[in-house]
Amino acid sequence: MATATFRIWRGEKGQGKFQDYTSEVSAGMVVLDAVHQIQAEQAGDLAVRWNCKAGKCGSCSAEINRMPKLMCMTRLNTLPLERPVTVEPMKAFPHMRDLVTDVSWNYGLKKRIPKFQPRQPDASDGTWRIAQEDVERVQEFRKCIECFLCQDVCHVLRDHHMHEQFIGPRFLVYAAALEMHPLDVGDRVESLRKDFGIGLCNITKCCTKVCPENITITDNAIVPLKERVVDRFFDPLSNLFRVFSNSKT
Amino acid sequence: MSEYIAHEHDVLIIGAGGAGLRAAIEVSAAGGKVAVISKSLLGKAHTVMAEGGVAAAMGNVDDRDSWRVHFADTMRGGQYLSNWRMAEVHAKEAPARVRELEAWGALFDRTSDGRILQRNFGGHRYPRLAHVGDRTGLEMIRTLQDHGIHLGLDVFMEHTVVTLLKDGERIAGAFGYDRERGRFHLFRAKAVVLATGGIGRAYKITSNSWEYTGDGHSLAYHAGAALMDMEFVQFHPTGMIWPPSVRGILVTEGVRGEGGVLRNRNGERFMFKDIPPLYANQTADTEEEGWRYTQGDKNAKRPPELLTRDHVARCIRHEVREGRGSPHGGVFLDIAWIKERLPNAAEYIKKKLPSMYHQFKQLADIDITQEPMEVGPTTHYMMGGVKVDADSEMSDVAGLFAAGECAAGLHGANRLGGNSLSDLLVFGKRAGEYATAYAKENSLGAVNTDELESAEKWALQPFERKGSDNPYAVQHALQDVMQERVGIVRQEQEMLQALERIRELKAASDRVSVDGNREYNAGWHTALDLHSLLTVSEIVTRAALERKESRGAHFRDDFPAKDEQYGGCNVVVRKGAGGEMHLTREPIPPMRDDLQQIVQEMK
Ligand SMILES: Cc1cc2nc3c(=O)[nH]c(=O)nc-3n(C[C@H](O)[C@H](O)[C@H](O)COP(=O)(O)OP(=O)(O)OC[C@H]3O[C@@H](n4cnc5c(N)ncnc54)[C@H](O)[C@@H]3O)c2cc1C
Ligand code: SF4
Ligand code: SF4
Ligand code: FES
Repeated sequence: MATATFRIWRGEKGQGKFQDYTSEVSAGMVVLDAVHQIQAEQAGDLAVRWNCKAGKCGSCSAEINRMPKLMCMTRLNTLPLERPVTVEPMKAFPHMRDLVTDVSWNYGLKKRIPKFQPRQPDASDGTWRIAQEDVERVQEFRKCIECFLCQDVCHVLRDHHMHEQFIGPRFLVYAAALEMHPLDVGDRVESLRKDFGIGLCNITKCCTKVCPENITITDNAIVPLKERVVDRFFDPLSNLFRVFSNSKT
Repeated sequence: MSEYIAHEHDVLIIGAGGAGLRAAIEVSAAGGKVAVISKSLLGKAHTVMAEGGVAAAMGNVDDRDSWRVHFADTMRGGQYLSNWRMAEVHAKEAPARVRELEAWGALFDRTSDGRILQRNFGGHRYPRLAHVGDRTGLEMIRTLQDHGIHLGLDVFMEHTVVTLLKDGERIAGAFGYDRERGRFHLFRAKAVVLATGGIGRAYKITSNSWEYTGDGHSLAYHAGAALMDMEFVQFHPTGMIWPPSVRGILVTEGVRGEGGVLRNRNGERFMFKDIPPLYANQTADTEEEGWRYTQGDKNAKRPPELLTRDHVARCIRHEVREGRGSPHGGVFLDIAWIKERLPNAAEYIKKKLPSMYHQFKQLADIDITQEPMEVGPTTHYMMGGVKVDADSEMSDVAGLFAAGECAAGLHGANRLGGNSLSDLLVFGKRAGEYATAYAKENSLGAVNTDELESAEKWALQPFERKGSDNPYAVQHALQDVMQERVGIVRQEQEMLQALERIRELKAASDRVSVDGNREYNAGWHTALDLHSLLTVSEIVTRAALERKESRGAHFRDDFPAKDEQYGGCNVVVRKGAGGEMHLTREPIPPMRDDLQQIVQEMK
């Protein structure tokens, strides 16, 4: 049977080194299978997160040959196996152990974004009527599996460490899902500018490129939100309009 | 002297899937201080993987639907072993629980008049599953999670409970460790809700994740609670089978609901060959009629592919055994054929089943809009679990509640698809409500520090041993036995051999050793999970031996027919005074007259 070498980052709290493991590879294998095989046979204490093994839970994020990816959806036949396959933890978050990082910052952020606020129900039985096309517009954003690969690749977080000032692409998608939700009457436009740092995104689209759910993060979520911010804060006409109509843009 | 971090809450919820989160929301809304513990990160529990939908008789698509029909369908599906009161409560309350999700931000697919759309699923007489494409579970768990975080829940992610604590006869809390640093934690609480999900990791071919080691079942059992219906393990008929590394990953029943058909290697729709009498007058007579059903024709009956899961799984196994299987030992599931009927079939499939399309494309190089999939049965769901009171979800142990997959009662001998997500909502809410009430009436129980010390000592043993048994190897060996000997088709001799093997593996599990330190050590976690995995495997096997008949998901080669002697009772397992497993057959209380009448009417 064929074998391949996996160069896996081992260590704790940022201290560590790559270690090579040779493992058998068979038809259809993904990187996560190889990692599990190594764990079961050669490195029992190897730390790795996973759950669904089908790209649905967003647990198994890592950097494979330097590309942020889901280990469970990366087929070995898409990688050059004549060279060692490098597998490392995400870089934008504090390292815990081996392939596991501390992503709790992301969970904390969500609490800060004003929650869903529905309009009054449309029908007397307390339900709403919504057109399928209005649902579809936001469903794209709601596909997010919270793998945080987009956060990992965004230079504002990864290189500039502006975790205090910027919520990152995942949470801009989240804010967009709420802002464009057909029932929501909340208003997050001011916070987006002041507290969530939407201005720090310079539309490099790196986030969109890595999203395993193929969410068009930049064009469909971030750009429209930026437009809302611009309309609100930099366009006197719409500002005036808002004072009179007091409606959500 | 043991070292641990102590926490105190009114209600402790073990599990952050749909059931646990829904329970937590309820406690919080009632003003209780609540903690939620989960082995994984928040939002990664099994619930996230559910695809097809959540069953609730809202009647948005077919107004002939009502709680009464849903009740009758659930009872029939469960082969009349379900707790009828739970089936009643579930059918009545599910619609309100689904609508509530919408009020919290969930966005389901819509009907043309803007209401929540409902789809067909096996065993449900009318289109009943509210859904979001084929990622309903994601929508559900995210909605609960996002709603919950604003309610002040204390969430302990990546913490694992290893034992429950009691003060005399009542619950006092739980003891566990955090995965990150391996520190111990004492959670004292006035009431505890188990919402730990299933046991699928006891089998080799499964749609379930590493988390499903039956912890809740085992925790409850060792704490003295009764478990029920443990012989009923659901094997989903359609799991992926090729390539080997994806074996077991689920292919949603939604594929068949949207018109997908099963064929053997000769191209035959073999499901038409064997239609159980209980469903004969609900099943399509021709392929044509079956197709019309999937397209919403209210006068058509459903195709046999949508018969209950146990039956479809056995038919597939039969085809394979008879040499009519697909190249890799399954059968063909074909949705691509609908291009003969629909002009834009490829687009339709991608829209209705986006994650299935994606899953096959990426993991198996198969374009399901063009070619058939190869599928075979996979271990999917545990019908059995903690025996609870139908209204309050309290177990035999005072203050210990259970909801979701780890509780028994609703599904009896077989669960209908979509009835799990609704189960989580309905009984998660109730468990939260009644646990809060219990917590209001009771103070914190006392904790025995000796017990903590011995739990800690037990948990640390794998580091001290220098034995050669590897925890992963023991787990794999167990999965092989269960798959081979206590699988879809069972037989006394084989199960007795399984018991023997489980005994050996138990001994091996007491010898496993692990390397490294306590920080995020997967080997150590696997070693500790073995305890629950072995406990539930033994219980499943013993319960399966006890039921000497075939019914629902439990099929005995040596007793292939139903036996009325068993039809009226549940197999209940308790831990005996000397630590031995004690099994009893407990008669099902007679069904209330009005409910019986519904069952008769809907026959
Ligand atoms: C692929 C797939 C598709 C499915 N599709 C459908 C569908 O379409 N419709 C439907 O109705 N059902 C479906 N099901 C079934 C349904 O998803 C599950 O039965 C349901 O989600 C279980 O929910 P739960 O809340 O009981 O448990 P889970 O969501 O599994 O949550 C269990 C929680 O308990 C925690 N836990 C476990 N043990 C411990 C411990 N020792 N200490 C601390 N925490 C612990 C886990 O970490 C987790 O947070 C599907 C299942 C699968 C696998
Ligand atoms: S487009 Fe914006 S959010 Fe996305 S990676 Fe670039 S800077 Fe970050
Ligand atoms: S937006 Fe995409 S990349 Fe970012 S967390 Fe969600 S699924 Fe992952
Ligand atoms: S394990 Fe769930 S996304 Fe990879």
